[in-house]
Amino acid sequence: MRARKPTLVLALLLLILTALAGQTATAADRFIILQSTTSTENSGLYGYLLPLFRAKSGIEVRVVAVGTGQALRNARNGDGDVLIVHARAAEDAFVADGHGVTRHDLMANDFVIVGPADDPAGISGLTDTNSALRRLAGSAAPFVSRGDDSGTHKKERALWMAAGIAPAPDASWYREAGSGMGATLNIAIGMDAYTLVDRATWLSFGNRQDHRLLVEGDPALQNPYGVILVNPARHPGIRAVDGQTFIDWLLSPTGQAAIAAFRVNGKQLFFPARSQARAGE
Amino acid sequence: MGDAITEALHLIAFGDAALWEIVSLSLRVSLTAVALACMIGLPLGALLAIARFPGRGALVVGTNALMGLPPVLAGLLVYLLLSRAGPLGPLELLYTPTAMIIAQTVLVTPIVAALSRQVIEDLHQEYDEQLRSMGLRTGGAVMTLLYDARLSLLTVALAGFGRAAAEVGAVMMVGGNINHVTRVMTTTIALETSKGNLAMAVGLGLVLMLIALAVNGAVMALRPTKAVPRHV
Amino acid sequence: MSDALTTPARRALAPTKRPAGVLPVALEAVSYRADAATLLDQVSFRLRPGRLTTIMGPNGAGKTLCLRLIQGLLRPDDGQITYATAPISDAGRRRIATVFQRPVLLRRSVIGNLRHALRVYGIPRRDRPAMLAELLQLAGLSDVAHRSARVLSAGEQQRLSIVRALAAEPDLLLLDEPTANLDPYATRLIETLIGTAEARGATVVLVTHDVGQARRLADDVIFLNRGRVMEQAAASDFFDGPATDAAAAYLAGRLLL
Ligand SMILES: Nc1ncnc2c1ncn2[C@@H]1O[C@H](COP(=O)(O)OP(=O)(O)OP(=O)(O)O)[C@@H](O)[C@H]1O
Ligand SMILES: [Mg+2]
Repeated sequence: MRARKPTLVLALLLLILTALAGQTATAADRFIILQSTTSTENSGLYGYLLPLFRAKSGIEVRVVAVGTGQALRNARNGDGDVLIVHARAAEDAFVADGHGVTRHDLMANDFVIVGPADDPAGISGLTDTNSALRRLAGSAAPFVSRGDDSGTHKKERALWMAAGIAPAPDASWYREAGSGMGATLNIAIGMDAYTLVDRATWLSFGNRQDHRLLVEGDPALQNPYGVILVNPARHPGIRAVDGQTFIDWLLSPTGQAAIAAFRVNGKQLFFPARSQARAGE
Repeated sequence: MGDAITEALHLIAFGDAALWEIVSLSLRVSLTAVALACMIGLPLGALLAIARFPGRGALVVGTNALMGLPPVLAGLLVYLLLSRAGPLGPLELLYTPTAMIIAQTVLVTPIVAALSRQVIEDLHQEYDEQLRSMGLRTGGAVMTLLYDARLSLLTVALAGFGRAAAEVGAVMMVGGNINHVTRVMTTTIALETSKGNLAMAVGLGLVLMLIALAVNGAVMALRPTKAVPRHV
Repeated sequence: MSDALTTPARRALAPTKRPAGVLPVALEAVSYRADAATLLDQVSFRLRPGRLTTIMGPNGAGKTLCLRLIQGLLRPDDGQITYATAPISDAGRRRIATVFQRPVLLRRSVIGNLRHALRVYGIPRRDRPAMLAELLQLAGLSDVAHRSARVLSAGEQQRLSIVRALAAEPDLLLLDEPTANLDPYATRLIETLIGTAEARGATVVLVTHDVGQARRLADDVIFLNRGRVMEQAAASDFFDGPATDAAAAYLAGRLLL
């Protein structure tokens, strides 16, 4: 008992010391916090972009990937310096309420509808979302909704409304997952159900099993992302200068080209807003 | 499952820097949280076990109930505290390992306090008259009880560690699962699951369990193992 | 036979070597109640320095309660207990040691229990090793010093419990049936230890049901029944001719009503 007591005390001290040492090591860097969505993070886009930006600017970007709704709430509390989300109406409200400085179009990808390979609702190949959704509602085939107030969830509700269908929350074919995109996909695959998913997440998703991409290409399925600097006037401590540097880089020709250059399995997932606008002109 | 085991073996065998980083951060965060929880929870448990004061019953019920505190709720409370909009915002602790340590400490302290109260109270029942007859006051009695209950209390600490190392909700919320900064085993598992990399997720889960096993094994190695306890 | 073994030694060393400290202890009209029941009713007696007092009486008479009151573990509901004419103090409490009916040993080794006691009793660090060796030897436990106290036999536990109390160098040593359940040899060992305690200046109070033992050791006898003192007498008087029917019945092994 004499030998053991000091060892325990020593072990405890060591633990606390290592914890503190680790703390100071990470706190020294120059960094900003980016509140963004799981879809962009999970696609690997940031893993590609951020090292490029860091090499240029020396600024580390720390990504907190959550649903669009939560990203907006976190940013409203000042817990982030830059926001990249996809829910246009909510973004505009965020800026209008003074939480953000300005919103810039950053890039876009698109949503697709995926479902089981045997496609019991028979929507494969449709390019018109409205008729695809009507067929889905008409069949008994299950559909899984994010149900989490994310950008994707908001988009999905808008699409149902446009198709003139109001799925009752208790309808047996309409299920709300209340989860992120990946979890929702896992559920849809487990249930042999259809779901709406952004193309980036779908392409980089590892557990597709027999599910197929069934509906794509409707302009209504466009999924634009905006970037916003969180208003430094609202909360002290927001790293506005470095945040603005990041936004400027993203919107610069270099940044936009980098977004366009990002590929998963050889496929481009995100289409930069500025070069697109130029291409359209 | 075969995939997952292959993945786990691969992870361990070729454990790259990234894995090591995640594992060591997990250990650092959870072990520190348990150490802090013991510093707060053991004296609190001892106090609740021995002292008689008004409101003690309510506190006992309270700590017992807090053992079931949902990690997400603990995370949310700490988030509200550390957010720039919250009272401790100026400390800039959100999305750091310190924030995760705080959240897990909040989660584990009631476990340590409630379980150690039970352990110490049982022993106190037995020792009370003897220690009082020796003229020991509460302070001295607590030291004797803590020392004699140390093996049970070690198990209490392990239960706390298990809870800390296994939870994902709190560290996800206050750590943000930032790559290279606050990414730990459980948030990585959640992330890989959301990416549909199920084999990878299960593989990481197995690694996590191996670590828990190693920590438990290391602690148990300190205990006397013979059927007849040999005290030093 | 045992008389021959223990009594002369005890008598020879009996005179106290130290000032009496907390003695004499006087209980004056002490009552103790739990709920509605009066467990001790107007109990009065004196413990005088250097005299071994046995408390006797049937199961449930209140003998253990008396010891707990004297040790200061319980407070009387009525009446008072004085220690050398003063009420109990912390310092006073440390001059008294109890060996409980069921010994409470710490979850440590034999020597760990004794170390703990020496520390708690404030024995100077440099004196401890010698005292440890001596106490172990007194208890005949030197060979099992590193064994867990919990695995000792009942007799060994009693011996450990007594020498642990001796570590306090008490003025007053309260022993609650220290030889119940022990074989004759172990009983004799414990009686020897009691003699040693007295030789070191402790005044001993012994609760026992063993009439032979009481005859061997007692100077004074207090006979309790149902929470009342029925008799208080010199041992020789008590055993030769008890004054009450209750005591006579108890000594004769009859049921008391
Ligand atoms: N805390 C308590 N609450 C209620 N009753 C009690 C309490 N403590 C003791 N008693 C009762 O008081 C009586 C005296 O108890 P005590 O332990 O003093 O008996 P005793 O004379 O030592 O008996 P024994 O010879 O069996 O050891 C018993 O009837 C017991 O049940
Ligand atoms: Mg008794």
